[in-house]
Amino acid sequence: MAALVCTAESLADALRAAARVISEHRDELVRLDREIGDGDHGENMNRGFTAVVSKLDSSSPETPGAVLKLVASTLISTVGGAAGPLYGTAFLRAAAAVGDAAELDPPLVAKALQAALEGVVARGKASVGDKTMVDALTPAVAAAESVAVTDGDVASVLSAAAEAAEQGAESTVPLVARKGRASYLGERSAGHLDPGARSTALLLRTFAGAIRSGSPR
Amino acid sequence: MIGLVVVSHSRRLAEGVAELAGQMAPDVTIAPAGGDGDGGLGTDYVAVTEAIEQAGGDGVVVVYDLGSARMVADMAAEEAAIEVRVVDAPLVEGAVAAAVAAQGGANLEAVAAAARQAAQESGWTTTADSPGGADRGLRPPSPSSQGGPTISAGDAESGRGGLSVFGEIMETGAGGRAGEAGEVGEVRARVVLTNSVGLHARPAALVARAVAGLDARVVVRFDGREADATSVLALMGLGAAGGALVEVVAAGVDAVEAVRRVEGLAARGFDE
Repeated sequence: MAALVCTAESLADALRAAARVISEHRDELVRLDREIGDGDHGENMNRGFTAVVSKLDSSSPETPGAVLKLVASTLISTVGGAAGPLYGTAFLRAAAAVGDAAELDPPLVAKALQAALEGVVARGKASVGDKTMVDALTPAVAAAESVAVTDGDVASVLSAAAEAAEQGAESTVPLVARKGRASYLGERSAGHLDPGARSTALLLRTFAGAIRSGSPR
Repeated sequence: MIGLVVVSHSRRLAEGVAELAGQMAPDVTIAPAGGDGDGGLGTDYVAVTEAIEQAGGDGVVVVYDLGSARMVADMAAEEAAIEVRVVDAPLVEGAVAAAVAAQGGANLEAVAAAARQAAQESGWTTTADSPGGADRGLRPPSPSSQGGPTISAGDAESGRGGLSVFGEIMETGAGGRAGEAGEVGEVRARVVLTNSVGLHARPAALVARAVAGLDARVVVRFDGREADATSVLALMGLGAAGGALVEVVAAGVDAVEAVRRVEGLAARGFDE
């Protein structure tokens, strides 16, 4: 049975799963970032999510919002490069969007994703087509919203978001980067998958899977 | 006093920029925040936060090198307990300009503006070639109107030998001597740079600081170009070497004082 809502516990579980997936994909992210960036994305994300897990182990935030806030502050202080401030802002805005709700229903999840996107755009000043994580997150938000207004559960909302994010990430391959370190490469940045878009898609796919297989209600 | 934070992906770069800017602003706290905190290249939110606290004072201006440094600086600025301005400026020039402005007692907005303007300053502005050409009320030197030696690169070179300093006030604007009864006049003096390096970084900073707080617009002219005397970078951009003859032109209530201060510095060889 699919999860209808998302609790602090299931969200924490999803983040632990994300840490495992990031660790498994560490080398892939490093490789993608070496091609068009400074090569630290896999290492940075792995360090950040490892820290997130140990924070979750040492404290048990009671609401999904508190979990998101803990993730934000941990990522900001442990992930170097652009990913720290960008993902940190995303989680911080998502935390603010859900407030102190005890559970996240589909509309709240969509709202959190929308807030995360707005935060990333405000922080990084990137638009769709700049070859950044915005290219993955923007379609993900649109997909999540369209499922949330029908009769989807949280897992379906996140699955739709993950699907759209994966397509959005793929769409960065032919693009010429206009933001971030890759933009210094100009035309040479074309033909490569953006590592930030890739990690965004990875995270959403992992959240979707973890929530779906999480404890049924 | 306003403090300064230099954010860079490289610890050594941040420290070097802080050192360079600090040479011109001994009383300003300039805190470097470079590297990932782990000995590698990167930016470290915690280090930037601590640097802002350390720079403290009446506010902090942050300059940064590349993209993510800006984001980290922005986040740290939003969380800081004091007022912080993150300024888009060339790292070295921005830090130097901000440090000198802060040393002169400028407020937060003025220090931020000094850093920002460093991006636009190619170092100097070219004055009109025609002797009579007016430039914002300050006339360029006209050889025919002056009893003394004409000002040219050649004369500046020849000044290296015999002249030490001759910095007499040569001319005032219409309406009598500048400074009297608040009249806005124009004061000029020709000054020989008796120090060995001329208007290099440190002497330029001394000039900028000397005139910063005055109610006067002060320019230094050399070799057909003029520089805003409050801008270290512009002064350095003149390329006036040791022995060069420059003209100091000031307009405004404190014009006389401004010129005297610059003369005084030159007379002391900029304390070298």
